[in-house]
Amino acid sequence: MGDLFSLFINSVFIGNILLAYFLGMCSFIAVSKNIETATGLGFAVIFVLTVTSPVNWLVFHGLLAPGALSWAGLPNVDLSFLKYITFIAVIAAIVQAIEMVIDKYSPPLYAALGVFLPLIAVNCAILGVSLFMVERNYTLVESTVFGAGSGTGWMLAIVSMAAIRKKIRYSDVPDGLQGFGITMIVAGLMAMTFMMFSGITL
Amino acid sequence: MAQEKSKRLDILIRGVWTENPVAFQVLGICSALAVTVKMSTALVMAVALTVVTAFSGLIISSLRKQIPSNIRIIVELAVIASLVIITDEVLKAFFYDISKQLSIFVGLIITNCIVLGRAETFALANKPLDSFVDGIANGLGYGLILVFVAFVRELLGSGNIFGFSVIPEFMIAAGYQNMGLMVLAPGAFFVIGLLVWVKNSLPGVSHGNKS
Repeated sequence: MGDLFSLFINSVFIGNILLAYFLGMCSFIAVSKNIETATGLGFAVIFVLTVTSPVNWLVFHGLLAPGALSWAGLPNVDLSFLKYITFIAVIAAIVQAIEMVIDKYSPPLYAALGVFLPLIAVNCAILGVSLFMVERNYTLVESTVFGAGSGTGWMLAIVSMAAIRKKIRYSDVPDGLQGFGITMIVAGLMAMTFMMFSGITL
Repeated sequence: MAQEKSKRLDILIRGVWTENPVAFQVLGICSALAVTVKMSTALVMAVALTVVTAFSGLIISSLRKQIPSNIRIIVELAVIASLVIITDEVLKAFFYDISKQLSIFVGLIITNCIVLGRAETFALANKPLDSFVDGIANGLGYGLILVFVAFVRELLGSGNIFGFSVIPEFMIAAGYQNMGLMVLAPGAFFVIGLLVWVKNSLPGVSHGNKS
């Protein structure tokens, strides 16, 4: 239990998916202009990551990993090279399914998250978490916790970014640095702050 | 024929410089930041992305009349993912060390906005060869930024260029120290931010999307 907790804290702060591994930058830059939308997208990312990473774990270890097909009499088959195309298909399918379920059962939630879901299918954070999970040999439970933690870290980063950008609107930023430039500098300062956490041992 | 040629040249220039995907359209920066600690990884990544973008442009553009528009995204993703798998296997076979260092970032070419963006905006509306050139141009433009950022980070962060030490002995003796910040994540953000600033301050560059 303690291990899982430290994995969670680790993926939220120390190994923050956005500020330490640069995943999900495109939507981070594009959607961080407004706090409400940033929060909406943040929740959608947490939700999708918590669902897709265990499902991709099951798909990888049930079908693609070396020797996973031994139940079908094919112990020597190694399909792990197919993981990219499989993961992206699984993610797209899950996002589509989630969208339909939310639309049917919870119209208010759909109104809040609906527009973000298609964006998420091509967010590199989602695919990145699934690939990290394979590379680091997590178990099923660990990968669920890792997915939830990474999502929380991503949301933390995008919401604080949106808040900072709101304040920046009143600052006198040099002409050439406005927009994208200052966003990157701010992200760099945020990344430095998050690096502080790496001294923590749990 | 001459007109055809100048059109392709125009596409090339646009992708590499005037509409550079990273600096001007803010696309594909996820991976641009992560692989730029060293020049060798940045260069391999740039080549890998150029190959994928060029061939996905060629293939998608040749299929553009057959692809029904409502399932086009999934078709594009399937083409791109297959090309990425091929690239990844080639890297694993011939450049094993570098492919280990790039870790998941080769796989993340699939979700790189440049590849899908070019497929959506250019390949679906243009002839196969033009799209091929466009892919190469955008890959080169991306590579240009990548190698430049990697150059700054490797030089300041570890005093090397392509792994060779370039800081003279007397400077180290005089107390020169590498800038550890550049090797870490924040360094990448700062270099890109400052790069965009320099680019925007160049004469003759219009200020695009201010926000």
